[in-house]
Order: sequence, then C-alpha cells, then structure tokens
Amino acid sequence: MLRPLEPIGQGARIVLGISFFILFVLGWGFATFGGYVSRTFLADPLTMLADGWALLADHGFLFDIGVTIWRVLGGFVLAAIVAVPIGILMGAYKPIEAFFEPFVSFARYLPASAFIPLLILWAGIGEVQKLLVIFIGSVFQIILMVAVSVGSTRRDLVEAAYTLGARDTGIVRRVMIPANAPEIAEILRLVLGWAWTYVIVAELIGSSSGIGHMIIDSQALLATGQIIFGIIVIGLIGLVSDFLFKAANRWLFPWRLA
Amino acid sequence: MTKLVIDNVSRIFPGVRGGAPVTALTPTNLSVAANDFITILGPSGCGKSTLLRIVAGLDRPSAGEVRLDGRRITGPGADRGMVFQSYTLFPWLTVAQNIAFGLREKGRQEAETRDIVASYIDKVGLRGFENHWPKQLSGGMQQRTAIARALANDPEILLLDEPFGALDNQTRSLMQELLLGIWERERKTVLFVTHDIEEAIFLASRVIVMSARPGRIKADLAVDLPHPRDYKMKTSPEFSALKARLTEEIRVEAVLAATEH
Repeated sequence: MLRPLEPIGQGARIVLGISFFILFVLGWGFATFGGYVSRTFLADPLTMLADGWALLADHGFLFDIGVTIWRVLGGFVLAAIVAVPIGILMGAYKPIEAFFEPFVSFARYLPASAFIPLLILWAGIGEVQKLLVIFIGSVFQIILMVAVSVGSTRRDLVEAAYTLGARDTGIVRRVMIPANAPEIAEILRLVLGWAWTYVIVAELIGSSSGIGHMIIDSQALLATGQIIFGIIVIGLIGLVSDFLFKAANRWLFPWRLA
Repeated sequence: MTKLVIDNVSRIFPGVRGGAPVTALTPTNLSVAANDFITILGPSGCGKSTLLRIVAGLDRPSAGEVRLDGRRITGPGADRGMVFQSYTLFPWLTVAQNIAFGLREKGRQEAETRDIVASYIDKVGLRGFENHWPKQLSGGMQQRTAIARALANDPEILLLDEPFGALDNQTRSLMQELLLGIWERERKTVLFVTHDIEEAIFLASRVIVMSARPGRIKADLAVDLPHPRDYKMKTSPEFSALKARLTEEIRVEAVLAATEH
C-alpha cells in the first residue's frame, strides 16, 4: 500500500531505483528490435554498446572524455575562484551588494551559448574560448546564489558572536563563512551540473575534440549509437561527480549530519 | 559600587508603512550594583528585551545612554556576555570550541584557553560532551553550553534574555539552581530577563517589574532570601509572600493588555 510519507527500506529503494533503468532499456529495445523505429534514427541498445566499444578501442574516445572533463573543471574552478569571494562579500556587506547585484542579476540571464560566436571572434576556437563559455555560464549564478545564502545567515548567531567580542572581519570569517560553507558546497555541486550543458554546446561548435565534437561528428555519419553512447557517458560522469561532491560534503561538514 | 548605569534610556521604533511610531521603552533609569543579580520581570511587549539588547549594544537607544564602569556603551563587546532565548550555539563548532569562541577572538594562548574551557565544562556539568555537536545536545545542555560560552569570556556583566524560556519545567528548575550556584561562587553582575514570577524571585537579589504600553519600570523590589538557595525555598512563606505581591503587580498589567486589544 502507498501511504503518504511512509519510509521505505534500503533494499527496496535500490531494487526500485534499478528496475526503472531496466524498464527503460527494455522499452528502448522493444521499440528498436521490434522494428517500430527506423535503425537510421535510433540505434538499438546492443549496437549502442558495440559502437561505444569501437569508440573507446579504435577512435581514442577516452582522450575526448579527458578533454571535456578538463574543460568543465577548468572553467568551473576559475568561475568559483572569482565568484565565491564576491558572493560572500555581497552577502556580508550591503553596499557591495547594492553595487554588484543589479548587474549580476542582469548578466545571469544572458545565455552562455549565445556568447559562443562572439567568443570565437575574440578567443578563436581554442581552449580559452571553451573555458570562457563555461566561466560565463557559471560565474554569475554562483555569485548570486552565494550572496543570497551568506546574506541570510542566522541573525542570532551573528549577534551571539558580537557579544563574544567578535569584530566585523571576525563575523565574516568565523561565523558567516563556516555557517554557509555546506550551502556554498551545495551551490557549487548544482552549478557544476549546469556547466556540463555549456561545455557540450561549446564543443558542438568549432571544436576538434571532446565529447560534444564526437557527437556532432556522429550526426554527420548517422551513427546514432555513438551519439547515445556519448550522452550516456556524460550522464555517468555527472553521476560520479555528484557522488564525489556528496561524499566530500559529508566528510567536510560532519556537524550537519550529527 | 555601581557597575552599570542606565541613564534616561528610551527606545522608539519608527512606524511601519506610515503607521504611528511605537514607544517600546519610555525614558528609563536603573543603576546596577556590582555583584548584584537583578531580574527584570514583565509581560511580553513591555520592552524588557529591548532594554537588555540596548545594554548589550545590539540595539541603540533613541535617547539616553548606558554606562558600564563609567564608559559609555556604543556597540556590542566582550565585556557584556549574553545568553539568548533561542539556541545560538555555532552548529559547526563542538561544545568545547563553542566555549572557546570568545577566547580565540581575544587571541589567548592555546593552553590557557584549554584550561578555561575545561573548568567551565565542569561548572556546567558537561564533562564527556566536549566533542559533541550542538545538534546532539538537549535544549538544557545547549543553554548550559551557552552560559559557559558567555562566562568563559570573563565579562564584566552577564546578560540573559529568557534563557530557559524554551525548556520544560523540570529542566528549567534545574537550570535555575545551576545558574544560581555559579553566581553564588563567582558573584558576577547579572541582568536576567524573564516573564516567570517564580524564576524572577528565586534567582534575584533584586526584582525590577516592568509594565507594557509603553514599557517602563513599575516596581523595584529587594529579595532578601538567604543564600545558598535551593528549590525547597520556593515553598517557604517569605517566598510565597513575594510571589503573591508580584503576581498582583503583573496581573494588573496583563488585564490591561488583554482589555486593550
């Protein structure tokens, strides 16, 4: 029986989670092997696996994966280095917030992918352009979200610190930053997910390596098996990075789970 | 010897959305002798917390000034330790690290800090919980830690804003004895805000009664019960007489407040 908010056991949770994956692949196999969908437009699961193996073994796809990961991490780390301190300062000091907030709110809605043609003009089609796309796509989001998080630091904790003799910099360093560190880590995890979208778009246009480049090449060859394999690889990398982020948070912020 | 002087302090909050300004506190005078334990008793909305926050430097008076040891108070500082009604332990620090917070801020030596923290852990009975996170503690234990955190800083005066308000009756009673025991040994100057009449009498050497709308001091009563006190004193005739008198004072206020709205 389904009852609202009734908890579920660990074993049942895993079985249910996996069974949807199986159902999904079965549906896909039924549509393709059964001949309901043309092979030209959608490869069947086995072809996808064979194509994927060929990609890895013969076409150096591992190198493409490595290149894409490096681009995401490079652009994302640069964005985080710039955005986190600005976000903290905005959250803590209202004049700094008043100075940056209107522009950042505006810039946040500029689609990173629309900058690609401009960035190609400025930076060519090399690595700098790829990093810039991810940087532009991530930096404003991180700034705003960190600023909101730091700005909503519990007021009574700040007051308690004041009565314990903390000065203004102490309040930022010893209360606002540690109080919001888990939230900031969560923001970074979220934005890293979005950065994956930007990198693939950047690689679809004017690129000679990377997962996105492989996907656009495969389109020209109608190799839908390869495209699907590429997409699944991206999903798997996202899953792994998410898991690593969560594990790191548990290790860094044990007080949250206590 | 006078420790703290509240000199014609008033507080008027500006009106919200064009409404009339609200007088939270009419010009108030109070002088607190060193080593005194003063409780400020009053119904909610009588400005007692506002007064305490002004002494702490967390709020500014609209007029008048507060002087501690003759120096005018302009903002919060380590010389006035505070315990809040809400649980304000830093959740990312352990019990011991919370108690050490003010000492770290002062830049005290590591070894000295450790000794002071250990002694206060003992005084509030939290041995064995030094490395627990605040989340793992009961409400009473959290407030004990908060008291230790404020005292470890060795403030000139200790300010408490209904610190036991969120605790159940039994725990509250134990906490009162614990706090009083510490005061009987260390004789810190204490300003304690509460709306609980029994609590106000049991702890105090002097009870200040405040009334609401607008907030002002209505009565000032010495409590001459002997020290050390324990819970049995709450049933003594002297205690009951004081309680009856204060109940009468407060009741008038409560009735007024109830009929006004």
